[in-house]
Amino acid sequence: MGKAKRTGARRQVHKAPAGAFGGPGKTNPNPFEVKVNRQKFQILGRKTRHDVGLPGVSRARAIKKRTQTLLKEYKERNKSNVFTDKRFGEYNSNISPEEKMMKRFALEQQRYHEKKNIYNLNEDEELTHYGQSLADIEKHNDIVDSDSDTEDRGALSAELTASHFGGGVHKNSSQKEGEDGDKPKTRKELIEELIAKSKQEKRERQAQREDALELTEKLDQDWKEIQILLSRKSKKSENKEKKEKPQPDAYDMMVRELGFEMKAQPSNRMKTEEELAKEEQEKLRKLEAERLRRMLGKDEHENKKKPKHTSADDLNDGFILDKDDRRLLSYKDGKMNIEDAQEEQSKGADGQENDQKEEEDESEEEGEDGESCEDPDESDGPDSHSDLESSAETEEEDETPKKEQRQTPGGKSPKEAQKAQKAAAAELPYVFAAPESFEELKFLLSGRSMEEQLLVVERIQKCNHPSLAVGNKAKLEKLFGFLLQYIGDLATDSTPDLKTIDKLVVHLYNLCQMFPESASDAIRFVLRDAMHEMEEMIETKGRAAFPGLDVLIYLKITGLLFPTSDFWHPVVTPALICMSQMLTKCPVTSLRDVVKGLFVCCLFLEYVSLSRRFVPELLNFLLGILYIATPNKKSQGSTLVHPFRALGKNSELLVVSDKADVTTWQRGSLPLHWANRQSTLTATEANHTRLSCVASCLSLLKHCVLMYSALPSFHAIVTPHQALLAEHLARSLPQELQELSRSILSEVESQKQHCPPLICEKSKPVPLKQFTPRLVKVLEFGRKQGSSKEEQERKRLIHKHKREFKGAVREIRKDNQFLARMQLSEIMERDAERKRKVKQLFNSLATQEVD
Amino acid sequence: MERQPASTGSRQELGRLLEAVLSNRGRANAVFDILAVLQSEDPEEIKEGVRTCSRLFGTLLEREELFVGSLPCEDMALAGSQGATYKYKVWMRHRYHSCCNRLEELLTHPSFQVKELALETLMKFVQLEGAKPLEKPQWESHYLFPRTLFRAVVGGLLTPEDDHSLLISQFCEYLEYDDIRYHAMQVATSILARATSRQPEVSLTFWNNAFTLLSAVNLPLQEHELTNFYVKHAQTSSKWKVVHLKEQRKAFQEMWLGFLKHKLPLSLYKKVLVAMHDSILPHLAQPTLMIDFLTSACDVGGAISLLALNGLFILIHKHNLEYPDFYQRLYGLLDPSIFHVKYRARFFHLADLFLSSSHLPAYLVAAFAKRLARLALTAPPEALLMVLPLICNLLRRHPACRVMVHRPQGPELDADPYDPTEKDPARSRALESCLWELQTLQQHYHPEVSRAASVINQALSVPEVSIAPLLELTAYEIFEQDLKKMMPESVPLEFIPAKGLLGRQDDLCTQFFCLS
Repeated sequence: MGKAKRTGARRQVHKAPAGAFGGPGKTNPNPFEVKVNRQKFQILGRKTRHDVGLPGVSRARAIKKRTQTLLKEYKERNKSNVFTDKRFGEYNSNISPEEKMMKRFALEQQRYHEKKNIYNLNEDEELTHYGQSLADIEKHNDIVDSDSDTEDRGALSAELTASHFGGGVHKNSSQKEGEDGDKPKTRKELIEELIAKSKQEKRERQAQREDALELTEKLDQDWKEIQILLSRKSKKSENKEKKEKPQPDAYDMMVRELGFEMKAQPSNRMKTEEELAKEEQEKLRKLEAERLRRMLGKDEHENKKKPKHTSADDLNDGFILDKDDRRLLSYKDGKMNIEDAQEEQSKGADGQENDQKEEEDESEEEGEDGESCEDPDESDGPDSHSDLESSAETEEEDETPKKEQRQTPGGKSPKEAQKAQKAAAAELPYVFAAPESFEELKFLLSGRSMEEQLLVVERIQKCNHPSLAVGNKAKLEKLFGFLLQYIGDLATDSTPDLKTIDKLVVHLYNLCQMFPESASDAIRFVLRDAMHEMEEMIETKGRAAFPGLDVLIYLKITGLLFPTSDFWHPVVTPALICMSQMLTKCPVTSLRDVVKGLFVCCLFLEYVSLSRRFVPELLNFLLGILYIATPNKKSQGSTLVHPFRALGKNSELLVVSDKADVTTWQRGSLPLHWANRQSTLTATEANHTRLSCVASCLSLLKHCVLMYSALPSFHAIVTPHQALLAEHLARSLPQELQELSRSILSEVESQKQHCPPLICEKSKPVPLKQFTPRLVKVLEFGRKQGSSKEEQERKRLIHKHKREFKGAVREIRKDNQFLARMQLSEIMERDAERKRKVKQLFNSLATQEVD
Repeated sequence: MERQPASTGSRQELGRLLEAVLSNRGRANAVFDILAVLQSEDPEEIKEGVRTCSRLFGTLLEREELFVGSLPCEDMALAGSQGATYKYKVWMRHRYHSCCNRLEELLTHPSFQVKELALETLMKFVQLEGAKPLEKPQWESHYLFPRTLFRAVVGGLLTPEDDHSLLISQFCEYLEYDDIRYHAMQVATSILARATSRQPEVSLTFWNNAFTLLSAVNLPLQEHELTNFYVKHAQTSSKWKVVHLKEQRKAFQEMWLGFLKHKLPLSLYKKVLVAMHDSILPHLAQPTLMIDFLTSACDVGGAISLLALNGLFILIHKHNLEYPDFYQRLYGLLDPSIFHVKYRARFFHLADLFLSSSHLPAYLVAAFAKRLARLALTAPPEALLMVLPLICNLLRRHPACRVMVHRPQGPELDADPYDPTEKDPARSRALESCLWELQTLQQHYHPEVSRAASVINQALSVPEVSIAPLLELTAYEIFEQDLKKMMPESVPLEFIPAKGLLGRQDDLCTQFFCLS
């Protein structure tokens, strides 16, 4: 049964190609060869194979193939001799007989060449013959050596015999002579060798000398040819030398200076006129874009962080972005104003950079000339300060005279020399070490005028620039903290030196630009101290006193050094909290407190001028100031916020009852040093100060009204102020203040109130987290079951190998059957023949018997 | 008998005198020498004298050598025809009373140690006198307590001249005993009535002493056998009032009503109201009797009104009191100063508690939310960080109020319909309004406040935000948080160069201030 199945499979394998070749042709003539495999049931989707086959035809073809291949091998298995025709190109039909002959001839020629190579080997043997001949010569030398050896032996034997037989003096002398005889021979040979060597050396020396002479002769000939040209060039160089010597050094120096100037000037001009302006504009645009992004973009950063916690916050922050964008767009005029201001400031920046480059040029000149050029620094010092203070126009005017000055450096030199002689007595040292502690800085700056102090600070920065040495960065970082401390000390004096502080702020700005991290740390430290003091007072007494002028100046400096419009800033946001505490926890008990509070209100407005953020404390404080400027009887119903109280000894602090003082008052700025003032004012001065405070309060209120008019609750915010101002008009204020309050009221009334209903922003519903089970394929229906491609590939290869192996085994088995059948037929034939012969023999025998 | 002169200030001398009196009745006159030491100026001698008297009369009480029954007059007893033993006991009891009177006086001695020792001795006498009563029982198991002596002790604590807070705190140890507590309540009630009836004005010290004593009384919460007695008895009887918690509660109620009947100083108002909802109301027999006191306290205003509302809330919540003006009064307490007072955290905690019911009408919750939002326009940032989540929680609890932040089909109004001057929440028209104040606060200068106010831009989530950690927030803490926040990679800088302190032309400081 198994064999039958295998044969069937074999036939099926061969059916397909048979059908492919000529199925319809063969099927038609002999339909009996066709075998049809009937299916028991028709199943949908099952692929039917091997429905029709031609087993007989495939078997016949296989037998024929084996007779042509396997049978021949079987018959010739015992024959070993085979004639192989190895003529080149004999069985290549493409080549013509002539070409064959040509190629055969070429191959023969190659063989001859090879034979010649063989002869070359013989040549090597001849060399060996020469070698042998040379060896023979050497052998002779060896023989000589052997002779010398024999002689030596004889000498020794003689000595031995003499020693054995004793002997007299004569024999001893004879022995000595024998020794001398041996040595001279060797000496002779040595001498001859030496002579030969010396002769050879002499010959070599002569040859070298002759070569050298020839070369020198050639060189002489070449030199003679070029002599004319050399003489001409040398003459020219001599002429130049003659010309240079008598001229003075001063002139040479001037020429060099002119050369350097020529190199420097064009680049400066190009940059200053066109490129610098463009660069500055681009820088400002980038910085402004970054500032706007920080006003809004902090939310983006926070969005990135917050998705880790909750998604609701992300959505909220994202929408904050949109709202901020909209409002900024609505303030296009505001943007335009900002840009205009930036343009003006950019012009100022251009001027400053020009000044810096001029300073650099001057420093270069210093390096070149020496002490004489140090004077321009002193002369330019006040100029640079005036440049900082003056506007762009004055800077433009100043630029031309500086250029003229540059064009005529020679003219200045005698004047500078005179100035140097004059100022030699009171010169400041030019090199300052960076102070390591605040006391050192104080020591350096004490006892000097304002200009000198500024010069000292400037030179400290220049001498300790980070690019000059490694440790300078840390020193200048400390310098920022020391300058802050110094400014605090100046501010806390009874008569604060505000002008020096005003100048030092510029240096703080420069240091802050170089070292932002240390500057922010220093200012945060200062703010923490102030906040800590206020907190201690609040915890003990429930309220705090206004801090000193130093804290107010620190807050002002914070606004100058860092951007105040950011949504969150590591320095500005704590500063805002600090100012909020001042306006809510510090009661107003004196005029000094009013001045300080108004200063903090100004700072708040400056901080939020760009971002236009809402500051409730600011409006509360201004309301309180208006309240204490109104008599109590008239403002009973208004609502006040802490720290102001409706009744008390300070509830009429700013009321002015003297009409004469009201008429004589003129509007002016409030001096900052009043924040530290302890001295008493006259009644008229006090009243004038009160009116100035009220004027500042009204102006600030107008700024707030203009800034917050777009807020949804503007009317709710401003109603208390409006009520107070309406009653305020009845009072006896100066005409200017009455007009100001009327303008504020008209501004408030002109703002129409729009209350669109609040609508939540539409947001896609967040899909709930579904707890679907994780599906893992454990059982896959079908043959191919494997977790990875590699395993599937391996199984497929194993499968192929098995099929091929089975096919091979099947073929081998059929081959063996075929051979067995052939052998059997041969045996049958031989047996039949033998029987026939036996029969013939028996027949012959039988006939013989019959005869 | 002859009086022997005694040298004072010597412990041995006092010991010798004590021994003489106790060993021999004939030498009883030495008691006068012992009592004389109590009149000394030296605190140490007084202390020794007090200890000696404690041992002397303690022993005599144990021996029952003092007269039992109603005490006759000393002179008549001595002149009468009774026996020597009778006369001795009467005389000695009079000395006992002299000693007690002196000890009562010593309760006001400048030295605290003397006060403490006198109090201990008096309480010891109370205990011994209770164990061996000096009165004859009228029936078999009649309850006898030395009320006269105990009244003297409590009277010594409640004096209008001296501050006895420390001594009263010492006395609180005895209030753990059930009988002492009961009788202390009764005695305190009578002393308060007597003190206020005699004098029209009572000093603040007296009120403080009284409050300290009253606030130290703590009744047990559950009914159980009250057998923890300071004066030991052989057996207890259910007929005694002191055994029943109901009777003790009555005494507690009478005590507090007697105290609160009078006009109290403001500081005591606060203290009473702070203790009202925890220590007083749960133990009253009829808590509704406090209505008059609480309603009058509501009219005072400020913190006192808030605390009174807390008491009223408990009555409404647990004792079915109907007080229709409760939320109207709470609404009236919301004014701008609420963010700056010391009790801000307590106020907002209680307000959150009062408004936590889901059965409050929508107009009421809307009125409170609108009022808080309006006040937020004048609040400092530390208060805003607490108020904004509170408003959002109110809207979460009452979905009907969400129209204040999401009114898609609403009309555009010319003015806010909310009336801030209306005192009745029902007529303030808050539900017709929207929380535009929160929209304004989205522009607040502090980023946290701006972020908290932006919550209303999205649909409010269901879970409430806990405001407990935000109640105690101060500006200094916000400042510290901002300082400790992680800094960006590089600190952003101002790119407009500085020209000086007031160097920029467009600065406001430059317009209003100068450097002269």
